[in-house]
Amino acid sequence: MKRTPLYAAHRRAGGRMVEFAGWEMPVQYSGVIAEHMAVRSRAGLFDVSHMGEIAVRGGGAEAMCQRLTANDLARMQVYQAQYNLLLNDQGGVIDDVIFHKRQPDDFLICVNASNSEKDFEWLRQHATGKIQVENVSADYAQLALQGPLAETILQPLAPIALADIKSFYFAESEVAGTRCLIARTGYTGEAGFELYCSSQDAEKLWHDLLDAGAPAGLVPAGLGARDTLRLEKAYPLYGHELDERTTPLEAGLQWVVKFSKGSFIGCEVLLRQKQAGVERKLVGLELIEPGIARSEYRLLKDGRYIGRVTSGTRSPTLGRSIALGYVEAEEGRAENILEVEIRNKPVCAKTVPLPFYRR
Amino acid sequence: MEIPEGLRYSKEHEWVLVEGKTATIGITEYAQEELGDIVFVELPEIGEKIVKDDPFGAVESVKAVSDIYAPVSGTVLEINDSLPDSPETINDDAYGDGWMIRVEMQDMDDLKDLMTAEEYAEYIEQQKEDDDEDEEAEDDDEDEE
Repeated sequence: MKRTPLYAAHRRAGGRMVEFAGWEMPVQYSGVIAEHMAVRSRAGLFDVSHMGEIAVRGGGAEAMCQRLTANDLARMQVYQAQYNLLLNDQGGVIDDVIFHKRQPDDFLICVNASNSEKDFEWLRQHATGKIQVENVSADYAQLALQGPLAETILQPLAPIALADIKSFYFAESEVAGTRCLIARTGYTGEAGFELYCSSQDAEKLWHDLLDAGAPAGLVPAGLGARDTLRLEKAYPLYGHELDERTTPLEAGLQWVVKFSKGSFIGCEVLLRQKQAGVERKLVGLELIEPGIARSEYRLLKDGRYIGRVTSGTRSPTLGRSIALGYVEAEEGRAENILEVEIRNKPVCAKTVPLPFYRR
Repeated sequence: MEIPEGLRYSKEHEWVLVEGKTATIGITEYAQEELGDIVFVELPEIGEKIVKDDPFGAVESVKAVSDIYAPVSGTVLEINDSLPDSPETINDDAYGDGWMIRVEMQDMDDLKDLMTAEEYAEYIEQQKEDDDEDEEAEDDDEDEE
């Protein structure tokens, strides 16, 4: 199993290590609920160095990436970040990623750990001429500082005015003397930053941030809290809500798909699907009887199979049992009562608007 | 880690308090710590029969669901009504207010398969050592690279 540069620091901090996408990662330190609530009310620091980074640069890089993705990269300014999807020719999602435009025709793409090799191969295959595609995952560590106090904690450590970095923009600067790409992005539904630094600087940055943030209540947070936080905000998790047989239109990500930008891989299938309507769609569910819906549990309507749960938990913020799942499109209507099959018993749930939580 | 004397323990980390033919059942301190924050408990109904080594209920943490296995066979006499509303009681007091069910035992011989506090302490020590050995083996692998 792979380890991030912070493995020893996690062990020392009492992190409980588990396998995730081939990496040995901390799932929790003090407890998932305590860490979750710390991020919602104060701030949490996550080691997300398992995430991959791929650099695509050289003349034609933007045009190539436009062909491979759903969102419109031409709309980006330098120092802007963009949520995007790599699609296959069936409109299925190869990966959901964040593009960072460092210069014209110079992108740093943050990709899912489980997909980094696959993405790298896919991008490399499509590179022509002077375009360089480089898997730089091992060079980078990534820390996510998330929560309402994130900016208050980070500002004294940064030589630039963080207020100038708008949502989905970034700066190339320093944090406590460590060179960093500071992006105002995140996966928790709270304000915050994702910091990309050199792997060798990760441990110093980790401790500098925790030391600086401790008086404000900053705590290290694990993948357990990261999952419950993203689920409350209904952010998709690759392998659960997204995969190569699922299109962005089914996943409720039509806002990412910019047909106006011109042709891209998968766009014909998506256009047809848009015109005909999707057959299944992602819905938010709230259980109205006791129980917790888990990934792969069957969804029924009056006993008839209509789909499956992709993620579910008890929401620490809301105190309710929430889930995401795919159902036949017509059963995705608002306030529809359906059943989740939990240990062979039907448990009533209703469809609710997404996200479950909004700050 | 707390392992009270006088209770019997299963390999699946349930504890049993025996009083005559009545057995009170819960999960151990070790189990609740491994599970993390418990947010939901599913228990059988009064009068239901439970069968040794079969699941009789489930505990769910934020992350995952785990079956609870019956350490003995018998008929459910009583369930802990407070758990559905406050499942975190199991985290706070696994051997006390976090008890789950009371059953009338069908066969007292079931107890022979359960461990004493001392045996259970050794058992979880062994499990932890196995975990550590796995880690050391991994460390060795890395050294070789």
